[in-house]
Amino acid sequence: MPPVIRIQNLVKTYLMGDIEVHALKGVNLTVEKGEYLAVMGASGSGKSTLMNLIGCLDHPTSGEYYLDGINVNELSRNRYADIRNQKIGFVFQGFNLLARTSALENVELPIFYDRVHNIKDPRAKALAALEKVGLADRMHHEPNQLSGGQQQRVAIARALVNNPSIVLADEPTGNLDSNTSIEVMEIFQKLNAQGITILMVTHENDISRYARRIVEMRDGLVIRDHPVNARRSAEEDLQALKAAAAESLS
Amino acid sequence: MRWQNTIKVSFRSILKNRMRSFLTSLGIIIGVAAVIIMVAIGEGAQKEIRDNIQTLGANLLMVFPAARNVGGVSQGWGSFNRLTMEDANVLERQARLVQGISPMIRVRAQVIGGGVNWSTTISGVSVSYLLIRDWGIAEGEFFTERDILSRNKVAVIGKTVADNLFPDQDPVGQRIRVNNTPMKIIGLLKEKGKDSRGQDQDDVLLSPSTTVLYRFRDGRFIDMIYASAVSPLMINAAQEEMGRILRDAHKINTGESDDFTVFNQSELIETLSATTRTLTLLLGAIAGVSLIVGGIGIMNIMLVSVTERTREIGIRMSIGARESDVMTQFLTEAVTLSMSGGLIGILVSLVGSRILTQMTQIKTLVNPSIVLVAVVFSAAVGIFFGFYPARKAAALHPIDALRYE
Repeated sequence: MPPVIRIQNLVKTYLMGDIEVHALKGVNLTVEKGEYLAVMGASGSGKSTLMNLIGCLDHPTSGEYYLDGINVNELSRNRYADIRNQKIGFVFQGFNLLARTSALENVELPIFYDRVHNIKDPRAKALAALEKVGLADRMHHEPNQLSGGQQQRVAIARALVNNPSIVLADEPTGNLDSNTSIEVMEIFQKLNAQGITILMVTHENDISRYARRIVEMRDGLVIRDHPVNARRSAEEDLQALKAAAAESLS
Repeated sequence: MRWQNTIKVSFRSILKNRMRSFLTSLGIIIGVAAVIIMVAIGEGAQKEIRDNIQTLGANLLMVFPAARNVGGVSQGWGSFNRLTMEDANVLERQARLVQGISPMIRVRAQVIGGGVNWSTTISGVSVSYLLIRDWGIAEGEFFTERDILSRNKVAVIGKTVADNLFPDQDPVGQRIRVNNTPMKIIGLLKEKGKDSRGQDQDDVLLSPSTTVLYRFRDGRFIDMIYASAVSPLMINAAQEEMGRILRDAHKINTGESDDFTVFNQSELIETLSATTRTLTLLLGAIAGVSLIVGGIGIMNIMLVSVTERTREIGIRMSIGARESDVMTQFLTEAVTLSMSGGLIGILVSLVGSRILTQMTQIKTLVNPSIVLVAVVFSAAVGIFFGFYPARKAAALHPIDALRYE
């Protein structure tokens, strides 16, 4: 079975006016199925560019990228869209849910763009995804009626609904307070335990420690790639927080 | 994306901005309503003309003197009056496909009777005239073949003449003077109403053709000949037969142009409706301009909508919408806007043309085909003017669209 992601010497150069910006200068990365990666680095390190390339939102300048063994560099824009629909699940920092559209309908959206499977009951499938993130009871709420953490959970359900090969999370906790961040991490850890591959971009050290493996980037290159020591369990952290809160009340 | 969802999404986004959508559609509503009403007025006028010409009589054929061609030089319409009583008689004798022939000699005359006077048209006709014109006698009787042979000074008058000369009396049997010639009224015509040019057909005095020709004119030429074909199907054949007979009578060789013209009713209708058709087209075209202005309104709003929803486009692209999906979505929205405008416009035009008819007496005729054309045209406007904004939306780069604030 091929790795979920195999990247070789990936280069991305932008033209900003007359100036060439070398966002990625030759990145190598392999992600196996079931991994949970945190990509870290300061802003400008190239982690977002890498994310966009992995997410098939953009084409690299050179280098090779195999997703599930398929060389996606060569694909047309339409096939790119289909890959995003079938193999990638995005979770964004700003949630990016459709406004004035219920949670359920937001989660249904990727199903409607699915050209491969003819899903008879998109509603049931979307509801199942919402159940996975524990929001089935909020399915008729619109984003402005949900808290930040709930919105992010809807976004996660939307990312999961087409059973992607990998979930790409771009600063998923960037807009959330620390408690809610841990709640989202708990969901990620649960999903990962069920075998879902996750790649998360973050610049927060403590968030990265919920992953299994950390890839550090600087100036468009991977400078360190190591497993997480002393991996944190979001579930335990949440229980500890609850206990602390109960103590301070009494 | 499935089409039901595409339509659902466009309806939702249209309903999200109710006021804006309504104002945008208003351009199309007004455009479509204007086109339909304008064309309805034109077609109404055309129908009125047709109906009026039909009142001329059944299977009517008319012979007019025509321009003579002397040495290759056309002498112009009616340049040489060549129709005579003999022409009418020849047709009467030889034509098989007509059931009645009547000469027509018109003289404007002052009629004195009942102590007042009235200016009207004296028409010299034959006994077949009533049959040809699909007319009838209300009171008294029509003149006979004997009256024609002896040029009797008898008259049958129309309702208008009767009303003006003898408002309180029975006109039949009264004596009148027409240009100082005494005449006796023997009959009253049924009321016929106005003709296609709005002329009162009841303002008439009918007299034997010979009486008018020899007593009020110099006895040489008649103005025209009326005839009635034996059946509607025979109109064209009768027209040809009459032409042949008259050519023989006038000794016109093959190749020479006729000095008369035989008109049939449908030709007359054709001639008159050609004018109104042009008018209808003109009115429709002017109204069509407002439809285009409405389309530009749609384009404008769609461009605004694409900009406002850049982020939404980015989200949709990131979860797998193809360019064509985005394109279809915005096109559907533009077409939904223009089509709903078109449908409301049709309703407005149906109500509007009815109100117009009631308030101004202008006859309108809403043709189902123009309604269909309006629907198709409004959809086309949506596609045409929605294309550029939709293209613009589809061409967005997903990353830029997602980052758009």
